[in-house]
Amino acid sequence: MADTVNQDAATPAVGVAFADAVERIRRSSEYVVIPLLALIAAGLLFSIFLLALGHSPITFFSLLWRGGFGTEFSWQNTLVRAAPLILTALCVAIPARLGLTIIGGEGALVLGGFSAAVIAIPLVTASAPNYIVLPIMLVVATGVGAFWIGLVGMLRHYRGINETIASLLMSYIAIAIMNFFVEGALRDPGNPNKPSTLPIGDANMIGNVPGLGVHWGLPAGIVVAVALWVLMNRTTFGFAARVTGGNVRAARAQGLPVGKLMVTACAIAGACAGLAGFFEVAAIQGKANASLAAGYGFTGILVAFLARQNPIAIVPVAIFLGGIAAAGGLIQRRMGMPDATVQVLQGLMFVVLLVSETLYGRFAFFRPRGDKR
Amino acid sequence: MSAFTVSRRTLLKSAAIGSLGLTTGLLTRGSAQAAGDLTIGIIYVGSRDDFGWNQAHAVAAKALAAVPGVKVVEEENVPETIAVAKTMESMIELDGANLIFATSFGYYAPFMVDTAKKYPDVQFRHAAPLWKDGDPKNAGSYFGYLDQAHYIDGVAAGLSTKSNKLGFVAAKPISSVLSNINSFTLGARKVNPNATVQVIFTGDWSLPVREAEATNALIDAGCDVITCHVDSPKTVIQNAEAKGAKTCGHNASQAALAPKGFITGAEYKWETIYKQYADTLAKGGELPNFISGGYDVDFVQNTPYGAGATPEAIAAADAAKADLRAKKAYYVGPLKDNTGKEVIAAGVEHAPYDPWIDNINFLVEGVVGSIT
Amino acid sequence: MNETDIGAYGVPLAMLAGAIRVSTPFLFVSLGECLTEKSGRINLGLEGTLVFGAMSGYAISYLTGSPWLGVLAAGISGCFFGAIHGYICKLPKVNDIAIGIAMMLFGTGLAFFFGKPFIQPQAPHLPSISLGFWSDLPQVQSALSINPLFLVGIVLAVFMWWAFKNTRWGLIIRMTGDSAPAALAMGYSVDWVRFLATTVGGFFAGVGGAFLSLYYPGAWSEGLSSGQGLMAVALVIFARWNPLACFGAALLFGAAGALGPALQSVGITQGYYFFNAAPYLLTLFIMIASVSPKRSLKGAPGELSITK
Repeated sequence: MADTVNQDAATPAVGVAFADAVERIRRSSEYVVIPLLALIAAGLLFSIFLLALGHSPITFFSLLWRGGFGTEFSWQNTLVRAAPLILTALCVAIPARLGLTIIGGEGALVLGGFSAAVIAIPLVTASAPNYIVLPIMLVVATGVGAFWIGLVGMLRHYRGINETIASLLMSYIAIAIMNFFVEGALRDPGNPNKPSTLPIGDANMIGNVPGLGVHWGLPAGIVVAVALWVLMNRTTFGFAARVTGGNVRAARAQGLPVGKLMVTACAIAGACAGLAGFFEVAAIQGKANASLAAGYGFTGILVAFLARQNPIAIVPVAIFLGGIAAAGGLIQRRMGMPDATVQVLQGLMFVVLLVSETLYGRFAFFRPRGDKR
Repeated sequence: MSAFTVSRRTLLKSAAIGSLGLTTGLLTRGSAQAAGDLTIGIIYVGSRDDFGWNQAHAVAAKALAAVPGVKVVEEENVPETIAVAKTMESMIELDGANLIFATSFGYYAPFMVDTAKKYPDVQFRHAAPLWKDGDPKNAGSYFGYLDQAHYIDGVAAGLSTKSNKLGFVAAKPISSVLSNINSFTLGARKVNPNATVQVIFTGDWSLPVREAEATNALIDAGCDVITCHVDSPKTVIQNAEAKGAKTCGHNASQAALAPKGFITGAEYKWETIYKQYADTLAKGGELPNFISGGYDVDFVQNTPYGAGATPEAIAAADAAKADLRAKKAYYVGPLKDNTGKEVIAAGVEHAPYDPWIDNINFLVEGVVGSIT
Repeated sequence: MNETDIGAYGVPLAMLAGAIRVSTPFLFVSLGECLTEKSGRINLGLEGTLVFGAMSGYAISYLTGSPWLGVLAAGISGCFFGAIHGYICKLPKVNDIAIGIAMMLFGTGLAFFFGKPFIQPQAPHLPSISLGFWSDLPQVQSALSINPLFLVGIVLAVFMWWAFKNTRWGLIIRMTGDSAPAALAMGYSVDWVRFLATTVGGFFAGVGGAFLSLYYPGAWSEGLSSGQGLMAVALVIFARWNPLACFGAALLFGAAGALGPALQSVGITQGYYFFNAAPYLLTLFIMIASVSPKRSLKGAPGELSITK
C-alpha cells in the first residue's frame, strides 16, 4: 500500500523497482493461475460427471469440504494423510528437476520402513533408550531408501536403463523382499495372524505433535520440503541439476557431472521416501508388515505433478489431496457412492492439470512486457 | 433433543447430536436422525460384495439395519493403516456413531485400541479374538470359530471325493488359515483315512490370477475337491467348477457359483452376534468385551448342501454337526504334524475354544504342503 | 499310484499350461504397447485401459448375454482411452509418460467406480477350444484347452511382425517412431500417425482386459489385474519392440506366474514370494544385461522418450 501512495512522489528508482516487482509477480503468477484454473476445470468436469449420474455436485463438494477441512477433526484427518504424501511426492519431484520420472517411491518407502523396524529389533532387545533407537532407525530408513532409488539413478546413468520402468520393477521387488522376511525369518511369533516384525515398543514410538493430533512426520515433511526447495533453487547443486534437466547435452558440454547429479538426486529422493517409511513404522504401525505398502508412493506421484515438481508447492498440494482422501469416507457413507469416486476425481485432476501444461506461455498477460509474440 | 432417552452406553454429547442433526438435515436429503437411535459404523477392508469375508459381514450389516432404531453407516476398502483410525473417528465425529465394528484383523492394534482410548463413550468391537485384560473397557472382540465349519466341510469332502485327494488354496501361512486347513483335513480323514489335502499358498489375500493358477495346479495334481481360504473365493470356486472339480466354500455362500460341484461351505453367521449386540444396547445393557463361539452358539454355519455332496457325505456331516453342537473335540491325540512330529500326545484332546487352537503353527498329518 | 500322476514332469507341463492361460492379457497389452511405442510414443496408461476393459467387457457380457459383445465393448473402451492419451500428447509441452500415469489412475478409478454393481453377478464366459483331444493325460488336455483370443493374439503378433516390415503403414509407423523429421519430410502427419497407433493400441489392451474378466481368471474384481498392464510395458522393452518376441515374452511371463503354484504342487514350497516376483526380477536383469549407455536398445524406436 505504501508503495502505491509513494509512487508519484518518489524517485524514479523506487518506481522502477516497484514496477519490476509487479512484473515479476505478474509473470510468476502464471504458475499459480494456470494450475488453479485446471483444478476448477477438473471440478466442473467432475460436476458434469456427477450430474450425469444423478448425484448433486453441491452435496459432493460440501461433503468434500466438511470431511476434509470443515471441522477441527477433519483438519487432523487431512494432515495425517498429507504427512506421508509430502515425502513421497518429494521422491518424485527432486529427480524430475533433472528430467527423470521416478515412479517407484513406494518401494523405497516399504524397504526404508522395513529396515528401520528390523534394525530396531536388536536395539530393543538390548533395551537401548529411545534417543539411541530412533536416530539409528531414522538413519537406516533414509539410507536404505537412498540406496534403493540411488540404484535406479545408477542404472540410468551407467547402464542407460530407463528410470521409470526400473523404479517400477524395483518397487515390486522391494515389496516381495519385505514380505519374504516378514513372513519368514523375521516374523514375530507373538503375532500369529498378521505377519509382522517384532514391535519396536511403545517407548520408541515418536507420537504426535503436542496439541495437533498429527504425528511428527508432518513437520518433518515440511522442513524437508523447504530444505529441498533451498537446495534446488538457491545452491550450485540445484542450478546444475536444473541445467541438466533442461538439456542433458548442454549440461555435459558445460562439464557438469551429470551422472553424479543424477545419482545424488535419486538418492535424495529415495531418502525422502525412506523417511516416510520411517514415520509409518515409528509413528503409526510400530512394526513392519504388508500394510506399509499402502499406496502412498503412488499418490505421491500425483502430488508431485500437481505441484509441478516444486518442493514448496508440494506441501499445500499434499494437504489438498490429503483432504480429498479424508473426505472420501464421508462421501461414501453419506452419498452411497463407491470409494473409487475420489480416485476418479484425482485422475481427472491429474489429466486436466497435465493438459494445462500446454497453456504456459500462451497468455499475453503473463509474458514479459514488450514480448508481442 | 428432549426426547432423547439416555442409556448409559448410547450416551452421546447432545452438542454432537445437535450439529449432526443439522448436517444430516442439510446434506442427506432431509433424513434427520431420530433421537435415541443407535448408529453403528461398520468398516470393511475390501469390497462388500466379494463373495467372502467382507460380504459375510455386509450380509449381517443388512440384517442389522433392518432392526428398528438402528442406523448403519458403512465404509469399504479401508486399509489397515492410520486411515482406519481416521475412518472410525469420522464415523464418530461426523455421523455420530456409538458402536463401531472393525472387521479386519489389522485394524485392532494400534488403531482401534488408540481410538477406543480417545472416545471412552463409544463402543468398539473387533472381529478377531484379540481383546485381552488391560485393553480399553469400551473395546472388545467377537469371533466365530470358522475352523469348526471347515471341519464339517472336510467330513463332507472326504466322502465326496473319488481320488482321495483334496486341494486347499490358501493365502498366507498364518494361524487362522492353518487351523482351517487342519480342521478340514481332520474332518476328511476322520471319515476317509486315505484322504490327503494338498495346500498351495498364493502369498496374499487377493490375487485372482494366482488363485486360479493354484486351483488349476491342484486339479492337475489329481485333486477332485477344492476349497480355499482367501479373501474372495469366487475365482477358486468358479475355476474349479469349470474344470469339473467339486468345491467347498469359505466365509460366505458360494453355492450359486458352482451349481454342479458344490458340496457345502464354511460360513460365518455374524448376524447372530450383531443382533445380540444391538439387542443388548437397546435394553440399556453392557456389551461383553469378548465373545466367541462356533456351532454351539450359532456363530458359524455351513452352506446348504449342493449337488456335489453324496448322500453318505450329508449323513456324516450332519452327524458331525451334532457332535460340534455338543462341543466334542476333534483335535484328539495321538496326533502328528505332517513332518512326523507328535503335536498331541495320546489321551490328550483339545476341545473347541481351547486357546491351544488359536495358536496353531503346524499342519497336521495328511496335509501335503509346508508353511515355510 | 494314480495312472494320471505324472510327478515332477508336471512342473514343465503346468508351466506350459499356465503360460497359455496367463499369457493372453500380457500378449494383447504388449502388442498394443508395441504398436504405440513403434510410432514413437509410450503409453503407461495401459494398466488403466486393461482394468477398464476388464470391467466393461464383463458388464456388457452380463447385460447382453454375449461375451463376444463384451470383448468388443472392452476394445472400444480401450480405443477411447487410447484416443484421449493420443490426443493430449499431441498438445505441445505435454509429457507422454506423465499422461500415461494420469490415465492409469483415471482408468482404474472409472473402472472401480462403474464396476461396483458387477462384482457380484456372473457374466457368460468366453468359450474354450479343446486342442488336447489326442492325449489321454487330463493334464495335457487341460493345458491345451485354449481360448480363441489366445489364437487371435498369435495371429495378430505374426501379422504385426509381417506388417511392420512389409506394408506401407508399417513403414510409416516405424519411420514416425524413428525420426519424426523424416516422416514430416515425407509429408506424413506425425501427430496423426501416433494418435492412431495409440488408439489402436488401446483397443488391444482393452481386449486383453476382457480376457481377464471373461475367461481367466474369469470374474470382475478390483484386484483382477494386479499390475499386469504395467508389466506388459516392461515386457515390450524385454521383447525389443518385436511383436513375435512379444509373444514369446508373454508366454515367459505367464510361465513365471505359474511357476510358484506349480512348484508348490510338487512340494517345493520355499520362497514363493520370490517366484511371484520372478517376472519383475527377470525383466530388470535382462535390461541390465542388454542395455548400455553407449548403444541404446537394438530395435528401439529413436523417438521414444524412454530410450533417449
